[in-house]
This record gives sequence, C-alpha cells and structure tokens, in this order.
Amino acid sequence: MSGLQIDNISMRFDLPNGSSVQALKDVSLDLKAGELLSVLGPSGCGKTTLLNIVAGFLAPTEGKIVLNGNTVHGPGAERGMVFQQGALFEWMSVRENVGFGPKMKGMAQGQKREIVDHLLDVVGLSDFKEKAVYELSGGMQQRVALARCLANEPDVILMDEPLGALDALTREKMQGLVLKLWKETGKTIILITHSVEEALLLGERLLVMAPRPGRIHKEYRLPFAEMGVDQDLRFVKKEPQFAEVREEILGMIWDMEEEIMGRKEGA
Amino acid sequence: MDIISQLSAELVAVLRTLFYALPYVFGYILLILAFSFIWQAVKRFVTPKHDYGSLKTVTFGDESAVTSNTVASVVSIVLIFVLWGAFTGSKILPSFMHAPGAFTGEGSFTYTVTTPDGQSDDATVTVVVYETGATVDAPEVDPGDGFAKNDSIALAAYRSGLLRVDENDEIGRDQDATITAINGVAIEPGGSVSTDFGRVELSGKGTPNVYPAKGVQMEPIWLPAPEAVWARLTEIATEGYRNSTLAEHLGFSLFRVIVGFILGAIVGIPLGYAMGLSNWFRGWFDPIVEFMRPVPPLALIPLVIIWAGIGEVGKIILLFLAALWIMAIAARSGVSGVRISKVHAAYSLGASKWQIMRYVIIPNSLPEIFTGARVAMGVCWGTVVAAELVAAEKGAGMMIMVASKFQSTDIVLMGIILIGVIGFTIDMLMRWAERWLVPWKGKG
Ligand SMILES: Nc1ncnc2c1ncn2[C@@H]1O[C@H](COP(=O)(O)OP(=O)(O)OP(=O)(O)O)[C@@H](O)[C@H]1O
Ligand SMILES: [Mg+2]
Repeated sequence: MSGLQIDNISMRFDLPNGSSVQALKDVSLDLKAGELLSVLGPSGCGKTTLLNIVAGFLAPTEGKIVLNGNTVHGPGAERGMVFQQGALFEWMSVRENVGFGPKMKGMAQGQKREIVDHLLDVVGLSDFKEKAVYELSGGMQQRVALARCLANEPDVILMDEPLGALDALTREKMQGLVLKLWKETGKTIILITHSVEEALLLGERLLVMAPRPGRIHKEYRLPFAEMGVDQDLRFVKKEPQFAEVREEILGMIWDMEEEIMGRKEGA
Repeated sequence: MDIISQLSAELVAVLRTLFYALPYVFGYILLILAFSFIWQAVKRFVTPKHDYGSLKTVTFGDESAVTSNTVASVVSIVLIFVLWGAFTGSKILPSFMHAPGAFTGEGSFTYTVTTPDGQSDDATVTVVVYETGATVDAPEVDPGDGFAKNDSIALAAYRSGLLRVDENDEIGRDQDATITAINGVAIEPGGSVSTDFGRVELSGKGTPNVYPAKGVQMEPIWLPAPEAVWARLTEIATEGYRNSTLAEHLGFSLFRVIVGFILGAIVGIPLGYAMGLSNWFRGWFDPIVEFMRPVPPLALIPLVIIWAGIGEVGKIILLFLAALWIMAIAARSGVSGVRISKVHAAYSLGASKWQIMRYVIIPNSLPEIFTGARVAMGVCWGTVVAAELVAAEKGAGMMIMVASKFQSTDIVLMGIILIGVIGFTIDMLMRWAERWLVPWKGKG
C-alpha cells in the first residue's frame, strides 16, 4: 500500500493553566504517491500542527499517520521537511548543507558529490557551492533548503510556508521551481501557504482548513498545477476558472476570520 | 543613628575629594575639546574622502555613523603620557612642558624676635632644598649680630621641617621671647607667611615650620616618571625581582590562568551540555550553578587557602572554580539556543542522536562557548592577580604587592601596566580565535 494516509488525527494541547486547545479534530486524508497537496486556512487552524504530526515531530492524541504501509512513530528520512526560514546550518557551506542527508547515511564521497552537484545545478546555485549560507539571499537560501531536502530522496516532502519570507518576484520564480521539481521527481508534496494564489497554483489538490477545532473545511481538485508545469504561471493566473475559485476561497476564509474575530469580541 | 552619621561623614569626605578633582576634570575636558577643534581645522587641509560615512548629512543620532576616531585615540594615549611626564617632571619632556615642580635651591627668610621687656632683633634663616635622594647638610652660616642669631636648614624636596631658631639665640623661648614677624610681616602662633621658597608657618608653640613650595608635580613615591618605570622594567627584565625573573613572574600567572581555565572548560562544557540536554541534570545542577555563579571567585580565596594552602594547587583550584561556572552556563545556553527547526531538519534528514550532537548542537553552541571563554579568561586573569596579592611566591600580583610594601611605586606601576597589557592581549587573541573558528557567529 503506497501513499500517505492521515487517519482520523486529533490533537489536543493541555495548557499549563489547566485548560486545553483542540488544535485538530478528526482530520483524515488519503494522499497518493506523487500527489501535490496545498493547505490553506486562517491563522491558528492547525496547519503547522498537522504537518509536524506527519513529519513525526509531534505524536497525535488520536489517530495515526501511515506512509507506504508503515505507521509513523517519529521523524524519518523518508519524510523531508522544508521550513520557512532559518533551518539551514550556518556553520556549513552550501555544499555541506545539501550533502547533509547523504553524509548521515554514510554515503561514499564521490557519490555524494555527484548528487550535490546535480541538485545545486537544478536549483541554479552551482556558482555558490563553497559559499557560507549566510552569504546568500533569502530566495537562494530557500533553494538550498529545497536541494538539501531532495538530496535525501524522501518519499514525501513537507513544506511549511517555504516561500512566505520571499518577495513577490522571487516567490513566483520559486513557485515555478517547485512545480518543475514536483514533475521531475514525482514526489508527494504537502505545502502549507498563506497565499490563496500560491495554493491554487501549487495545489493539485487543495485543502481549506477551518479553526476551532482545526478540521478540513473543503477540498478541491484543481488543474492549475498541471498547467503550470509547462506554461507561464502568469498565464495560468489569467484563466477565468482561476479567478473564480480564488474568489470563492477568499470569501470562505474571510467568513472564517470574521467568525473568529466576532467570537473574540463576543467573549 | 550612629551608622548614619558615619556614612554621611564618609559621603562628605568623598564629595570633598571629588570637589578638589573638579578643576582637573574640567581642564581635561577642555583639552579634549581643544584637540577636537585643532583636528577639525587640520582636516580642512586634508583631501576629503567621499565614502559612504562621510557623505551622510545626518550623523548626530545615527549610531552607525559614529566610529572610533583613530586620531582621537592616538592623541588620547599620547596625552596620557605627556600628562604623566608633565606632572612627574619627566626627562623625556622639555622642561617648559613640566607642571610647576617642587622648589629646589636656596632661599631665606628673616624672623623678628621680641622679648617681654620690649627689645627686638632680626635674624636670617638660610633654607636649602635639595633633590630627593641626595643628602645635603645645613650650611654653616655667620651668626651675625644682635641677640638673635642666623640659622640654616636643609630639606629634601617635598619635605617640611620645624626649626628651633631660638636654640642659638641669646634670649630664647625659655625666657619668653617670641617670634613676632617673618620677613617683616607680623605673625602669631598658628599663622603663616609666604616667602620666596614657599611659606613659613608658626607652630602653636611659636616655632617656625618651614614649608618649601611643593608645586603641583607628584612625588616619585606616589607617581614615578615614565622613564623611571621603564628603567625598572628593563632592570627587572634582566635581573629579576625577588629571586625570579620578570618572565617567571608573568609566566607563572599565565600558567595558572591557562591551566585553571582549561580544567574549568573541560569540566564545565560537558556539564553545561548535560544541563542543556537533560531535565534531570538541569534540575540537579541548576541550584548549584545558580548559587555559585554570583559568588565572586575572590570570596573563595580564603577558603581555598585554608584547604589547599598558598601553592599552585590552591590557585589552580580557585581559577578552575572561576572558569567552571562561566563555561557551564555558556555551554548550557549554547545548547538551549539551538533553533528547534534546525534539530527537526536534521532528524528529517536521517541524523541519529549522536549525529545531531556532533553536527548540529555542538557547532551551534560554539559561538556562545567562545563568548563564555572570553569572559572566563578575563575573570581568571583578574582572579589570579588578586590571589597572588594575597599570597604567592611568584607571580605578577605578588610582585606588585611586595613592591608596594617597600613603596617601590615604579614596580607597582610597571606591574599594573604589564597586567593590563597581558589582559588586553588575551582578549584580543580570544577575539581573533573566535573570528577564525566560528565565523558564523550571529549569522543564524
Ligand atoms: N506547543 C503548543 N502548545 C499549546 N498550544 C499549541 C501549541 N502549538 C500550537 N498550539 C495551538 O494549536 C493551534 C494550531 O496551531 P498551529 O501552529 O498549528 O496553527 P497554524 O495553522 O499553523 O497557524 P499559522 O498559519 O499562524 O502558522 C493554535 O491555536 C495554537 O495556539
Ligand atoms: Mg503555522
């Protein structure tokens, strides 16, 4: 059985003051190998929590994660993670960062070199191999993070707002890169974002989550990611259907935000 | 109540001292401003630079526009030596730059003795003031006529002396003759009269007290001239002091610091790691470390002397303790400071616990450890000098302590300068090592 099953996950945090937060409630999802899922939702609806559970950094209070038939019990190399920022090792060069996974496996020097060179070529950083990561721009650092994740050959790539800290132009270029890598490598990808547009562009499937308790509100299957693979993303955005879905989701999230604010004011 | 009056008396004494220092402080500030104006004027003749800093129009309030002016630093250091020289009458300065010094040479004053029955007579006192270190006897003087006879006195510079002028007079104090004027100026016991060499005071019993002018220079016993300190340095560097050469004194101090620091680091860093990585160890050592951290190492000196004596062992234990807590806390905060996303990333890339330790936690904590090491070296250097002041057979601190007992201010000053230079060098070396070994500091 291949693919990723998120099986009836619930997550409750007990707070020091005795109360508790229901961060996730009965979240279930089936992801086939090679699918690209984007996750949207208002702040605090449990997106990061869900991703951390899939990555194995948190144990859910109920339910389980099954990857390729094996239940997940902790972090593992088959699930790679790309963080928003600041997860690169600043004491290592670009090359060493990308080669970290292979090195941990004890891969031979020559083979490792080949993989690193290839991936840095793919993300367009061949000229920066020996640089320290803090000498790179934010966009370049995220490309290093992506390459580092890919070097480890994970089955699933988990990304928590990987492009959130980038400027609009760099972000658009990176979105193209993510689509290209998805198509070329055929990895299963879960990508969390705050941008509706990004979620539409990069989501073969799109999940809208609702808060309190965090749950799946609505799921979409979208053609835009497929289109974006060999078309300019700006053309994709001009599709009439694109604007239509965007408005629908924006309205949905606005309603949720309003409800949260209203509830806060009422309380 | 008693303590309050004592404390207020102390406070008054402190404020009075500060008050006397005020003119000098203002003088110094004026010098700083004067040199600043001179430099502004000179700068107009230097070709202007057009770098980013000098093209800023807003500099006041822009912290980044304020950099250390090298010219000011150089002038400041030179000025310290010039002031030092000027106020010690140094030979390296031309004499017109000297502050007014103590009177030396020959002077004189006359005194008028009046007897109860109304006779009076004048006599002259010759005052010879010689340089410190020489010995000069009071010159023979012609007694002169009248019942008051001429006298003479010889004094070393900065010293004063009572002169029983009536001892050779025909009618003296035993017959109730009193001195009524100095240089023709009427005077009573307790009063004073200025003279060409300084002043003459009349003691309560009516004996003249001769005060040659001291000027505003410092006596060598308080502040020797720079060349005297330099001469001492070369002398002690070649001949040694108290059975040890200068290199031995300084070498012993450094050796203690380095051994104590290394032992402290060897124990402290793993301790800090254990505290950063395990709840149990954190709980176990937190009370101990948090209690020991604010105890100044100097306060441990008596205990260490009781336990281990004044030999090397005691000193190294002391420095070990001084470095231990600092290094443990630095390592602990280095470990706790690791961003959780880095650890998560490493786990997701397949790293084992040991690999996380080796490739993430240790490198991530190195900048903090280096900062701690710099602090610890500074504290150890201060502690070793203090411990040697208390008890030692060799060492920089022992050298200046013994010298102070013999009032060899030049050695004390030389020692202080050397201690400062070594402390500064240690800090510079640590900074340099830091830049070289942990270039990623602050870049995460
Ligand atoms: N360690 C924790 N302890 C207690 N509560 C937590 C913890 N982590 C998350 N929560 C709570 O769980 C809920 C979901 O948090 P989560 O970080 O998953 O939201 P998110 O959707 O990722 O938000 P954002 O879009 O702002 O990143 C929030 O209400 C948060 O307060
Ligand atoms: Mg989040």
